[in-house]
Amino acid sequence: MPILSKEEAQALLKKVLSYSKADECEIGLNGQEGGNIRTALNAVSTAGDISTLGLAVSSTFGKKTGTATINEFDDASLEKVVRRSEELAQLAPENPEHMPPLGGQTFAEANTYNAKTAAMTPESRAEMVAASLKASKEAGLEAAGFLENTTGFYATMNNKGLFAYNKSTDVTFSVTTRNKEGTGSGYAARGFTDVSKLDTYAATKIATQKANGSIGARAIEPGKYTVILEPTAAVYMMENMFRFDARSADEGRSYLSKRGGGTRLGEKLMDDKVNIYSDPFNADLPASTWSGEGLPLEKTYWIQNGVVKNLSYSRYWAEKKGVKPMPGPSNIIMDGGTATLDEMIKSTERGILVSRLWYIRMVDPQVLALTGLTRDGTFYIENGKIKFPIKNMRFNESPIIMLNNVETLGKPERAISVESYRSYMIPPMKIRDFTFTSLSDAV
Amino acid sequence: MKRRNFIYLSGVGAGALMLPNLPSFGSPIDPAQALEQVDVRIKKELADVALNTAKSKGASYADIRIGRYLNQAVITRETRVLNVANAESYGVGIRVLVNGCWGFACTNTVTKDGVAKTAERAVAVAKANAKIGGPPVQLAPQKGYGEVSWKTPIEKNAFEVPIKEKVDLLMAVNGAALAGGASFVNSTILAINEQKYFASTDGSYIDQDIHRLYPNFSVTKIDPAKGAFETRAALSSPVGMGYEYLTPSEAEKMQGVVTRYRNRYDMLEDVKNAAKNATEKVSAKSVEPGKYDLVLDPSHLWLTIHESVAHPTELDRVLGYEANYAGTSFLSLDKLKSGNFKFGSTNMNVVADKNQKGSLGAVGYDDEGVKPKQWEIVKDGTLVNFQAIRDQAHMLGLKESQGCCYAQTWADVQFQRMPNVSLMPGKTPLSVAEMIKKVEKGIYIVGNGSFSIDQQRYNFQFGGQLFYEIKNGQIVGMLNDVAYQATNQEFWNSLAAVCDERDYRLGGAFNDGKGQPSQSNAVSHGSSTSLFKGVNVINTKRRIG
Repeated sequence: MPILSKEEAQALLKKVLSYSKADECEIGLNGQEGGNIRTALNAVSTAGDISTLGLAVSSTFGKKTGTATINEFDDASLEKVVRRSEELAQLAPENPEHMPPLGGQTFAEANTYNAKTAAMTPESRAEMVAASLKASKEAGLEAAGFLENTTGFYATMNNKGLFAYNKSTDVTFSVTTRNKEGTGSGYAARGFTDVSKLDTYAATKIATQKANGSIGARAIEPGKYTVILEPTAAVYMMENMFRFDARSADEGRSYLSKRGGGTRLGEKLMDDKVNIYSDPFNADLPASTWSGEGLPLEKTYWIQNGVVKNLSYSRYWAEKKGVKPMPGPSNIIMDGGTATLDEMIKSTERGILVSRLWYIRMVDPQVLALTGLTRDGTFYIENGKIKFPIKNMRFNESPIIMLNNVETLGKPERAISVESYRSYMIPPMKIRDFTFTSLSDAV
Repeated sequence: MKRRNFIYLSGVGAGALMLPNLPSFGSPIDPAQALEQVDVRIKKELADVALNTAKSKGASYADIRIGRYLNQAVITRETRVLNVANAESYGVGIRVLVNGCWGFACTNTVTKDGVAKTAERAVAVAKANAKIGGPPVQLAPQKGYGEVSWKTPIEKNAFEVPIKEKVDLLMAVNGAALAGGASFVNSTILAINEQKYFASTDGSYIDQDIHRLYPNFSVTKIDPAKGAFETRAALSSPVGMGYEYLTPSEAEKMQGVVTRYRNRYDMLEDVKNAAKNATEKVSAKSVEPGKYDLVLDPSHLWLTIHESVAHPTELDRVLGYEANYAGTSFLSLDKLKSGNFKFGSTNMNVVADKNQKGSLGAVGYDDEGVKPKQWEIVKDGTLVNFQAIRDQAHMLGLKESQGCCYAQTWADVQFQRMPNVSLMPGKTPLSVAEMIKKVEKGIYIVGNGSFSIDQQRYNFQFGGQLFYEIKNGQIVGMLNDVAYQATNQEFWNSLAAVCDERDYRLGGAFNDGKGQPSQSNAVSHGSSTSLFKGVNVINTKRRIG
């Protein structure tokens, strides 16, 4: 059974620590179990089931560290892995950036685990997928989708008194529905901690509406347009800006670097309406309450009223710069307004509704200039109404420029990035002067 | 060498990461462990347990992959070793066919009991999914090979080279970059060893030892006054070779406006050039958008081939199996069957091949026990074939798989992945210099950069590492902020010339993503320098506050 309780993990880690003779000893223990089903052409294509448990021991003498791991848990194996890490440490070169481990910390309990999600089985996954295929068949479309659930835990302990444990569950579902002629395509994606919030039938219905609505797409001239980005599109566009890393900014190789040297901390970089923060206690997007370095995580604003409020400092970089360490975000939430998507469409004289973006890649990291394309449902809006579907287009745009051109923000919702599959809380957003550079015939 | 001495020279653990124990990462190990192998007799015993269990529970077909995947990464920046990580991922993946439906399960408990339970789980997954319905899997027949083995033909196992030697090389590389005016430099050597044992109910027991290597660096030049920075990455390729790739050879250097490499790589020479190039890029002329003739070096063109030819000719994409993630394809079975679909100009000849020596995709057998083949995908500009595996072969009217099935680790289910897909060199003698002489207004692009393509592989945009302006047959200087946009068929139909085989080189992707859960595949793409006429070039420069 690869998922250990907090007490079981603590007991095991204490036993491992009892074998240590090093100046510093840090142990990580993690387990994962779960499964997935993939569908295509309204049938199962592949399915899998995963189960792993492993232990990693890092021993340090002075500034020399060695790491070894094992996935056997009898006493002899546990002692062996500690000895091996110590042997490696004695032979390792010094790491000038090594930071001594933290002592005991107090961490709030996270709300990242849901028993219903943890209890999912091959049968329950199959039922959820069958419900999705039902919606697709009802609409006369073909579905390709993916359902995956994972339950995992991670625990760490060191010989300076630190112990941290986190158990989490996650279920993600995405589906693309297409007509047989290949002239219409729609997409929906959902991600939750609690599987009971996931309605695969309803999500697939939305994908089928997009697919049938996108048939007969017309070409329009590329150029600058007002766009309404649905959360699934917006989050993928913005995911590239969420590191907020002080070191790369200080080094002059980030969009957060200041001309002439230093960082843009405290500078206004975006529209007043932009507020981006992390909060492990957010009920819709719970996250771990401690960082990989063993620091407690709290609600932290990264962008407040358009101003760069905080940057993330590793313990090493914080010491070098004489500031407090600031762990990076464990989740990302962007505040929005109260407008619904329909209200945002109604208030648009001329614009484009974007359901999803695809294949976004960095073009210029200095300004976070990105390129990518629309996909799976792109619609022309005129005088507050969706007039007709349009052909997909390539964009060349920076999320920083985009967040300077915010007209309206809607109600935030949990959305997953179509590439990283991470969940975020992101509002739909209406953006002025979004730059499209060419047409695509892709459906 | 004694183990302790080897470990000493390997100096593991400089800031060693606490890698999560996930199959895709692997678990840290000491370097001496990488030299150990699992006894093939033990693997055969475990395989038989799995196959017998699966059959007894109702599987009509089963296969097992016992995988030991070794990754070594030596990662440095400027004067520091950031990390030396030796990771191992060891476990078992079992795939079964029950009631016409696939099931898969994996475990890292590599014991007879663990394997038997995993086979049972795989059967349970297949049975649960079979209830959903859908057409039954049709598996192309495959003869069993009995007990066979294959190894990448390497001259020097990278895992036997002490870490100290690798660190010394990277420190010399970084030192040369900084001495050449670079503000920052990151350098890495990545080595991969897949020790894969495959067995199936067809009667194959295949033991393979596959090696890959990827030396790379990135040099950054900062201009604080401008608030600008530019980077130049290595012109190396990831290769299906051993450490011999890092032994420079004058005979394998392609001289020109910048030196490029084939089969052997001179990392120190390249980084000195990179430091100069990064400085030049900061003040290079920003490109005037418009139509240009593009002269594309193989170090760049491999990625365009990868995205615009190799991916859209994957049969699973064509059929819609990848519709939810990677996408579909602008190609179709009808276009293939027509026999006259004009993918590109008559200069376009594209071949698939998983046997190519030194390539990332080279194997003796694929991950469902099939010997790989070589076949044409595009002949004289016309589409003539796709890429298919055992459960797809019947769709193309093939009697057997083409042998391009792959899983990134034991923990992932195997599925159709592209083989090496390469543009064949021109048959008429033509050098790069002669090609450039024929260009009036063009850009010579070296190295791969930013890349993006739509979900059906029509519209794409590519950047690069180095851009040189060509005027009236001469290179006149460096350009910056260059990207070209095109539609697929239009681009390949503008292929006006391909240099001859003297210029043929492999580039490649060390981590090509596809599938759900996403899996990584390593694949090479060969070409000679090629000329494309009248391609749309945009200027990518933007400003923020």
